[in-house]
Amino acid sequence: MNQLNNFTKGFIRENPVFILFLGLCPALGVTTTAINGIGMGFATTFVLIMSNIVISLIKNFIPANVRIPSFIVVIASFVTIVELTMAAFMPSLFDSLGLFIPLIVVNCLVLGRAEAFASKNNLITAVIDGLSMGLGFTLALGLLGGVRELFGDGSILGWKFIQGDGMLIFILSPGAFLALGYLIMLSNKVKK
Amino acid sequence: MSNLLNVSPSPHVHGKETTVNLMKGVLIALAPAFVVTVLFFGYAAIIITGVAVLSCVIFEYLIQRFILRRENSVNDLSAVVTGVLLAFCLPTNIPLWLVVLGSLVAIGMGKMTFGGLGCNPFNPALVGRVFLFLSFPVQLTSWPKPKGFLTGYLDANTGATPLGIIKENYGELPVSEIMAMDQMPGYTDMFMGRMAGSLGEIGALALLIGMLYMLWKKIITWHIPVSIIGTVIVIAGGLWLVNPSENADPLFHLLTGGLLLGAIFMATDYVTSPMSSRGMIIYGIGIGLLTMVIRRYSAYPEGVQFAILIMNSVTPLINMYIKPKRFGEEVNNG
Repeated sequence: MNQLNNFTKGFIRENPVFILFLGLCPALGVTTTAINGIGMGFATTFVLIMSNIVISLIKNFIPANVRIPSFIVVIASFVTIVELTMAAFMPSLFDSLGLFIPLIVVNCLVLGRAEAFASKNNLITAVIDGLSMGLGFTLALGLLGGVRELFGDGSILGWKFIQGDGMLIFILSPGAFLALGYLIMLSNKVKK
Repeated sequence: MSNLLNVSPSPHVHGKETTVNLMKGVLIALAPAFVVTVLFFGYAAIIITGVAVLSCVIFEYLIQRFILRRENSVNDLSAVVTGVLLAFCLPTNIPLWLVVLGSLVAIGMGKMTFGGLGCNPFNPALVGRVFLFLSFPVQLTSWPKPKGFLTGYLDANTGATPLGIIKENYGELPVSEIMAMDQMPGYTDMFMGRMAGSLGEIGALALLIGMLYMLWKKIITWHIPVSIIGTVIVIAGGLWLVNPSENADPLFHLLTGGLLLGAIFMATDYVTSPMSSRGMIIYGIGIGLLTMVIRRYSAYPEGVQFAILIMNSVTPLINMYIKPKRFGEEVNNG
């Protein structure tokens, strides 16, 4: 496979959130601000790359029957690393992401790439796939968080330029669904 | 209307039930309520309604023309009805840009996103109203006091709706004392419309006249309004009989809030309500039940808007399970 093609697919063509609809739970849950979305995106990116590396290396030793539990163990170890690191060095982000950090373990994006891609491809391809998917995920969450923050609070990346309250609905969960729906519409337009 | 629909085997009987005629009928039925609201809230009501109708029509035209690129459907008057209904569930001292935003959400999000009239699963006017209600709770819950025709626009003198007063004092005072408070309107005032509230929901008498007109013209059938109102009366009456010191009587629940406006004009929207009469009754009972649950047991004083939207989402299911017997189908006599 063409590696450049492999790298660019995650952004628009096979964007995990807008096209593949993977990892929607954190995408809807944590994106109240752009910072939260981007933080979640990078945490997931790290886990994706590391788990893709390990799984692509050990793919020949795992019996097919127990591959899903084995993948989960690998993923969970990296998620624990992310969780502890974030709690130590970024406590405020850790607090606002809350339960969604340990939940990366069951993020269908990570498991999906491990099962569908890393366990069938060589190391380099798997790393690039993890990077591409992770950055695409970060892009999607950042956009979603940015839109919700802009409309819900009148600010971009914490810089408030509209005084007063925004449209509260975008901070609440219905706003996440609305914003995601319209972003999917736009990305389909761009894809064409 | 596309020409395809006019081609059918003979004999040809041409009905006058076009979308335009039905929408005209709804607008005529809404007129008495509009008169009442102008009498009590003044010219602000005319401004709000005008802005809502105008922006709904403009947004529908723009979306139709530039985004969907389809035949212009503004002439079927459905956008006008949406605009009037949206204005009718807003307070009169709301900033005008919120009215425009609500119209954009109602038409753009509630109707055109799904493909225009006939394809929307939710009542567009209520989508706009609930969007505003969740986004700007402060502006949407400050109700002007009715002062007559000369009430200025953006009058600062606001008061709570009767349902709001009950909810505020609930649990602290017995209902009989809440009812005797100065700010609580009497039943005659409630019936005529002299109370704080949204534009169109105050005049119970005018709304009932509108319902009779629509029933007479066969624009709606009795099933939905009667089953909603009946359910509310039964539940409110039951609660009241069990514990009159904690629950308001059924008449109070009937006359206050958006119940009549919702039951008569919003729940009966053709697109979003079930097609069979048995389905309509189930749908109406659902709305009445949810309304009373929200009014009595939730943090919100009024629940008609959410009840109707929730039952809107159940409508396809009701349509699927409750099918009328086809002509000639074998009837199971057991």
